[in-house]
Amino acid sequence: MAVTKYSQEHEWIRVEGEVGTIGITQYAQEQLGDVVFVEVPAVGRKVAKGEACAVVESVKAASDIYAPASGEVVEGNAALADTPGDVNAEPTGKGWFFKLKLADKAELDGLMDEAAYEAFVKSLG
Amino acid sequence: MRYLPLTDADRREMLSVIGAKSVDDLFKDVPASARLGAKVAGLPDHQGELEVERAFQAFAAKNVSPGTAPFFIGAGAYRHHVPSTVDYMIQRGEFLTSYTPYQPEITQGTLQYLFEFQTQVTLLTGMEVANASMYDGSTGTAEAVLMANRITRRHKALISGGLHPQYRSIIETTAKWEGFKAVLSKADAEGLEDLIASVDKDTSCVVVQNPSFFGHVRDFTKLAEACHAAGALLIVVVTEVVSLGLLKPPGDMGADIVVCEGQSIGNGLGFGGPYVGLFATRDKYMRQMPGRLVGETVDADGKRGFVLTLSTREQHIRREKATSNICTNAGLCALAFTVHLTLLGEAGFTRLSELNHAKASQLADKVSAIAGVKLLNDSFFNEFTVKLPKPAAPVVEALAAKGILGGLPVSRLIPNDPSVENLLLLAATETATDMGMDPLVAALKEVL
Repeated sequence: MAVTKYSQEHEWIRVEGEVGTIGITQYAQEQLGDVVFVEVPAVGRKVAKGEACAVVESVKAASDIYAPASGEVVEGNAALADTPGDVNAEPTGKGWFFKLKLADKAELDGLMDEAAYEAFVKSLG
Repeated sequence: MRYLPLTDADRREMLSVIGAKSVDDLFKDVPASARLGAKVAGLPDHQGELEVERAFQAFAAKNVSPGTAPFFIGAGAYRHHVPSTVDYMIQRGEFLTSYTPYQPEITQGTLQYLFEFQTQVTLLTGMEVANASMYDGSTGTAEAVLMANRITRRHKALISGGLHPQYRSIIETTAKWEGFKAVLSKADAEGLEDLIASVDKDTSCVVVQNPSFFGHVRDFTKLAEACHAAGALLIVVVTEVVSLGLLKPPGDMGADIVVCEGQSIGNGLGFGGPYVGLFATRDKYMRQMPGRLVGETVDADGKRGFVLTLSTREQHIRREKATSNICTNAGLCALAFTVHLTLLGEAGFTRLSELNHAKASQLADKVSAIAGVKLLNDSFFNEFTVKLPKPAAPVVEALAAKGILGGLPVSRLIPNDPSVENLLLLAATETATDMGMDPLVAALKEVL
């Protein structure tokens, strides 16, 4: 069964088996505004937890996406090159960024579950 | 309202707050020996404008200037004829006051000429996208290496021995403070360097120059292929942009980034600056490009207009993650470039290139016919290297004493290297004449 966790950088990671799918949250896409460009990491790249490994660019700003856990990139969402608006329309669906083969699932323990993340967003006002 | 920001009362008040008696008190930590007294030893007291003008004209008359002497120096800065129309155009008030646009949309004229500049740069270099210019070719080259490091996520740059020595120095300085490795190949006077075997999986980029500092013309297609096979980028530098009227564009060789010094078109020698850097790359690397970028669009009524685009790469938005700390461009020099190139047109530019090569060929024939002088180039554009039977620096001094600016001794830019001590770099542009070449040849024969 898939488990979804959230980071303080407003990323989500959905874990199925050894692979985690990563994207940004509804809150993050609202804050960014219209997304015009997404750069996803190359397949095979090894990333460390907390490493900047993707870029999301909106009409207002460009922001880094940090790896919520360590691992090796197994897939990037190539469709975002043509339809970056997917990130706004379906941030947790079609708008996913990349998939990681997780190096150490214990790293996910420090992340928030859905209820904790909702409380975190509320605390931001 | 009087615009005098400080009154004596203001000064007294400020001094009393910090407990100082006078402004001079603020400098008391500077040793007396380092402070200037009322008079500076060796300099006259202040003088009127007319006297100062006379004094400086007398100083200036001691210089042998390119415009008044037979002149054959190039090495990254070339004397060309700039039509007076260029000066007239760039001095029009609408252009002259236009700094890089910070409120871009209301300066449509500025954006339009920069867009045209970018278009010309892509056409010249054979690349897909160009920015609105860099400070100059040398700093643009260092920016290109940083860009390659970002794209490849590698930190080793291979620097050709044919790259201009000052460009190499700027890359070295940047490497020291940005923390990447710059591997400098030894000076390549013969033009035989092959860097293909040195490209490995840690290499972020290879930086070559065409024509090289020593004048050799190369085709880097195979090097580009080797770079791409290893996941590295090829950066091609052009210090004499007029050569692109005849030579295969770096884009056609497979270059990933092309940087040129644009001074030759529209801009004078000006004691080394201000110049204008041309910077072009592939579409796929556009977002890693430094500098400002102008795009064409349509307004709400469907009319053509121009905007600054992809600003999210830039420092005012992206802060420390920006692709560069350049937030500006060489606007006026880029304008001069664009006006001059537009006046030339494609056919005119090609003819200018042909004329440069013809003049240089003529000079090479004359100089290499002198006993003891050996031409090192199999190929060149408007500049080449000759080996003299003795050190080149004193020879050039002796020529200067005869009122001839007879090229650049390579040792001037590559000091303490015995292998280049006898090498002389000679350039001839469309401004060279028989009346200049013949005295050079005669004087060289005397001096050698």
